[in-house]
Amino acid sequence: MQKLMLLGDEAIAQGAIDAGMSGIYAYPGTPSTEITEYILQSKEAKEKNIRAGWSTNEKTAVEGALGMSYAGKRAMTCMKHVGLNVAADAFINSSITGANGGLILVSADDPSMHSSQNEQDSRFYGDFAMIPILEPSNQQEAYDMVHYGFDLSEKYRIPVMLRITTRLAHSRAGVVQRETRAQNEIKLSPNPKQFILLPGNARSQYKTLLENQDSFGVESNASAFNQYIEGPDKKMGIIACGISFNYLMENYQDRNVPYPVLKIGQYPIPTEQVRRLYDECDSILVLEEGYPLIENHLKGLLNIGKKIMGRLDGTLPRDGELSPNLVAKALGMKVAMDKPIPSIVKNRPPALCKGCPHIFSFNAINEAILGTEKGHVFSDIGCYTLGFFDPYNAIDTCVDMGASITMAKGAADAGFLPALAVIGDSTFTHSGMTGLLDAVADNSPITVFILDNETTGMTGGQTSAAHGKLEAICAGLGVDPAHIRVLNPLPKTHQENVEVIKEEIAYQGVSVIIPRRECIQTAARHLKTEVRQKQVTN
Amino acid sequence: MIFMESLIDKKQGFMKKDIILAGVGGQGILSIAAIIGTAAVKAGLFLKQAEVHGMSQRGGDVQSNLRISTDPIASDLIPVGKADLIISVEPMEALRYVPMLSNDGWLITNTTPFINIPDYPSREDLIEVIEKQRYHIKLDAEAVAKEIGSVKCANVVILGAATPFLGLSFPQLEDAIRTMFGKKGEDMVNMNLAALKAGNELAKQQIKQIR
Repeated sequence: MQKLMLLGDEAIAQGAIDAGMSGIYAYPGTPSTEITEYILQSKEAKEKNIRAGWSTNEKTAVEGALGMSYAGKRAMTCMKHVGLNVAADAFINSSITGANGGLILVSADDPSMHSSQNEQDSRFYGDFAMIPILEPSNQQEAYDMVHYGFDLSEKYRIPVMLRITTRLAHSRAGVVQRETRAQNEIKLSPNPKQFILLPGNARSQYKTLLENQDSFGVESNASAFNQYIEGPDKKMGIIACGISFNYLMENYQDRNVPYPVLKIGQYPIPTEQVRRLYDECDSILVLEEGYPLIENHLKGLLNIGKKIMGRLDGTLPRDGELSPNLVAKALGMKVAMDKPIPSIVKNRPPALCKGCPHIFSFNAINEAILGTEKGHVFSDIGCYTLGFFDPYNAIDTCVDMGASITMAKGAADAGFLPALAVIGDSTFTHSGMTGLLDAVADNSPITVFILDNETTGMTGGQTSAAHGKLEAICAGLGVDPAHIRVLNPLPKTHQENVEVIKEEIAYQGVSVIIPRRECIQTAARHLKTEVRQKQVTN
Repeated sequence: MIFMESLIDKKQGFMKKDIILAGVGGQGILSIAAIIGTAAVKAGLFLKQAEVHGMSQRGGDVQSNLRISTDPIASDLIPVGKADLIISVEPMEALRYVPMLSNDGWLITNTTPFINIPDYPSREDLIEVIEKQRYHIKLDAEAVAKEIGSVKCANVVILGAATPFLGLSFPQLEDAIRTMFGKKGEDMVNMNLAALKAGNELAKQQIKQIR
């Protein structure tokens, strides 16, 4: 069969199409975005009538997927690791309800924080929810695990987590497709109480989850994704999880590792296999991308067993993603890293695009608060976070989706004025609306800028749920329409924009200022499409 | 010639090329990767290609690790000091990955700077450092591309300059260009084929000088 060249993300998407999934729910977030993008662009998915689209946030996405599973069909929900925090309520409770139709939650972690605020490890969430976790080492496994994951989910009526990291999500390799299978028909759970988590029902559902833990362990120990590979040198045994297995293999050109290796791709941790490795070897090296989950378990509180090496004892760095070189060092190999980067090379951090509307919004804000000491602009997650850099130096915080408005409110409550919040249109509907309602309820003297570029910019221009609705949403939440001001962020409107901002900062209540102009990236793309369409009609 | 030797490995018929593609977010290094990838897949080779998506794409430094081989590839990332080739569409970005290059690896770079930072070094100084690299090819891809018809094919000019080192034949890459640009019409195909050839010829001249 012809191999498809797919990103890890795309392999998951194609796997879902082929495995009879009926719908996908997601909020864009690097490195998970391309899963849903792929299905949105797939002709095959359209022909199969697969529901695909962007949800308002990760919580609504998980709930949408859970609803589809409730109805008996297979569903997938995808997010970046920090998105799972937003979805945590729905996620943890879905492990108590369990699934009906196959349900897979994909969480894409970003070790080294290439495009994130932290590098939290989603396996801990999976462990916390007590559900099976799958962690592919390559694109083919990512594809195969979707088929397997839906089976596992339906066998035990439980959501399954598929955990990937940036390198796999955004790396391309050949994938061989399997036979496709049909979608499920609508069919409700035989247990009418399964999805009603009233305490009485929840207690019994929780018992079922607990009872299933042994079975999940049996599945792990028998899984083809957990492989015990013999090795002659028992001085050390190696546990390699997910993509770290590749980094291990990279260091042995003939692919023959002298030590016994346990390759892990399915959790709960396969205890029997770990026990065998531990019994056979003098010491254990744990290679895992993210936090030291297995290493911690092996070491235990007192660390009184055999020597365990990994991220906790300094054999590997405690933070950041792994690499072939870091693994080589951990194996005691010599790594040639003698060539420095020539000193002429300067840092080139990401920057706002030339002509980006945010530039003119920041210029106007900066001028309007000129003379105020630093620290009054609370910002959020999106392209506009780049307003931190020179020459703007325009923002003072960036914490989590929606935090700009609520932190500005808290600071205003403390008497720290003026308090300005800067949030994007998509981030606002994701998690900013509830915070704005808090501010309205208290009539907090804050000035909220909803930078409306009419898209979800940072992740590549997905539809924004706020599109065309912002003023109505703000008025609906109770913001006085006289203090909802729309600006056009351009150099020629700079002076009038500065005046409007000054007026609204002076207002002792909730103001919303909406600088509105389309993202220049999506605008250029739209222009191209229009030109092409014109050419076709001509 | 060093570059010819590096094509022929000790193991019969074995070929592996580890390539760093470098540039600035938005410069389109992935189109170069796609052409090499198309040719490699058609030749039945194994391929892994790690890309950068997300925040860095906004005008920051970006790279792609492209690995092609007759044998299965383990890591998506190229180990430090093991790359056979740096292909860069921007001169300062080419130098950022010098630690990745093996001792007999080649650096192929555009000389037109992409200036979006205040402390960008002078073009002359950059060229001087590039010329200090043992095996390098440098070319003003924009100028060459303009002569051919459009600056849009500058990336393909750079790719052309890398063709002697890719472990793929020139016709295989021409074929990949026909596949990639076929949908966009005959003119686009011919322009890019010309760009590939122009880059290739410039590279051959420079290789002779270095040898």
